[in-house]
Amino acid sequence: MAFLTVEHIGHSYFSTTQAKEVLRDIDFTVHEGEFVSLIGPSGCGKTTLLSIIAGLVTPTEGNIYVHGEKMTVQQPPLIGYMLQQDYLFPWKTIAENITIGLNMMEHSKKAHKVTVNALLKEIGLPHVGNHYPRELSGGMRQRVALARTLAVNPKILLLDEPFSALDYQSKLKLEDFVGATLKNHQKTAILVTHDIGEAIAMSERVILLSANPGTIHRIFDIPKELRQLSPFEVRQHAMYTSVFQMIWKELESLG
Amino acid sequence: MANQTWQQFMQARKKEKRMVRFYQLTILLLFFIGWEVLSRLGWIDPLLFSSPTKVWQTLHDKIVDGSLLLHVNVTLIETVIGFLAGTFIGTLLATLLWWSSLLSKVLDPYLVILNAMPKVALGPILIVALGPGYFSIIAMGALISIIITTIVVYTAFKGVDPNYSKVLQTFGATRWQVFREVILPASFPTIISTLKVNVGLSWVGVIVGEFLVASKGLGYLIIYGFQVFNFNLVLMSLLIIAFFATLMYQVVELVERRIVKQND
Repeated sequence: MAFLTVEHIGHSYFSTTQAKEVLRDIDFTVHEGEFVSLIGPSGCGKTTLLSIIAGLVTPTEGNIYVHGEKMTVQQPPLIGYMLQQDYLFPWKTIAENITIGLNMMEHSKKAHKVTVNALLKEIGLPHVGNHYPRELSGGMRQRVALARTLAVNPKILLLDEPFSALDYQSKLKLEDFVGATLKNHQKTAILVTHDIGEAIAMSERVILLSANPGTIHRIFDIPKELRQLSPFEVRQHAMYTSVFQMIWKELESLG
Repeated sequence: MANQTWQQFMQARKKEKRMVRFYQLTILLLFFIGWEVLSRLGWIDPLLFSSPTKVWQTLHDKIVDGSLLLHVNVTLIETVIGFLAGTFIGTLLATLLWWSSLLSKVLDPYLVILNAMPKVALGPILIVALGPGYFSIIAMGALISIIITTIVVYTAFKGVDPNYSKVLQTFGATRWQVFREVILPASFPTIISTLKVNVGLSWVGVIVGEFLVASKGLGYLIIYGFQVFNFNLVLMSLLIIAFFATLMYQVVELVERRIVKQND
């Protein structure tokens, strides 16, 4: 059974001068533990779609089901959301940043400390709990942001271009790290990206959207051989280029 | 080599700092010496403009007879309360506006009018409404800074990067939690900088209030000195006000440095 069902989602923004249709009839499913990427030209409503799946925006048409349960804004499912930048709170320490989600849900504080220590260890930064975000590099901060997201044990992770603000080397490293971490936790994830290579390297399926309004243009299944590999290895693999070419051509055809 | 250049750099900096201090002190000294000399030579009317030695003498007398302490106390307490009340109520109003966008839309023109209005003009009304006493003076000190605080802080609340709120919303945070964890701490630097403006404003409100009704306080001393033609008293009060207003400003700046340091 599908873990996440996106059913005939349509969405329009209204302003005083116009009604703009940003998404039309978006329909797909994601299995538990699957990693799916959304790519497409700018203005194809990728971020809006993520906000709808996260329950932050109510779509004008269609429904989202998680585990067969219909999602409402009043009662959103547990979603982890990573943004382009880390958006760590500069006035909180790393440990406080990681537990902020847990605090929102009013769990006992004692358990938090254990969680923080385990997560810090897992992201390879065991000693930064009492530091402030400004003391860390961009890549480290994004890892902390991932830990903050994982702390609440979300059912689905939504990644909105989380690597785009990093330099190339940090980006490649973080791709591997996020890929491995999510696999470890067996998390279902949806990644929005501009980068075709990143989409191929990280996901099992790539959904290509066309713009104005955003519709699903084509869905690519990434070959089995590539799925087993880490993102960095995928980029070195012989099949990578042909998959890249195929998606590139489709993207080009959209203009 | 690098170390040597650095030492040269530090020496140059030190030298510059000393120069700045030197000129600052020179200006101060020249001002007081000039004032004294001009007054003694009769180039300025000593009856109207007094002189540093006479002001000093007045200050000495007033300290000795204990009356100065009383006046300074009264004005300081009024100003501090007015300042805190103005900042607190202003921030509270800003919170209400942030909470309800309908309210902020409805109140927008009234805020513009109230902000444009010279608050000291409300003095007589305040005195009639609250009675001629500390209460209306404090109200004046507060009123003068409330609206501008509301506007500036509300603008700061709205200017907080919405992605910070988004992070919390994905965790299912309530509106109150978003306010407490994101909006308010992110706006602290702005709130502190309005404090700096409010220090000055509260002094204006309180002194004008004292002009109008008081029988104690530095504003009263100025008006009293003016009426009995004792300008030694007027100038002494002015200098004391300058001293304490600066002191309050420095305290706020100290708090600011603490908080901003923590913030980024």
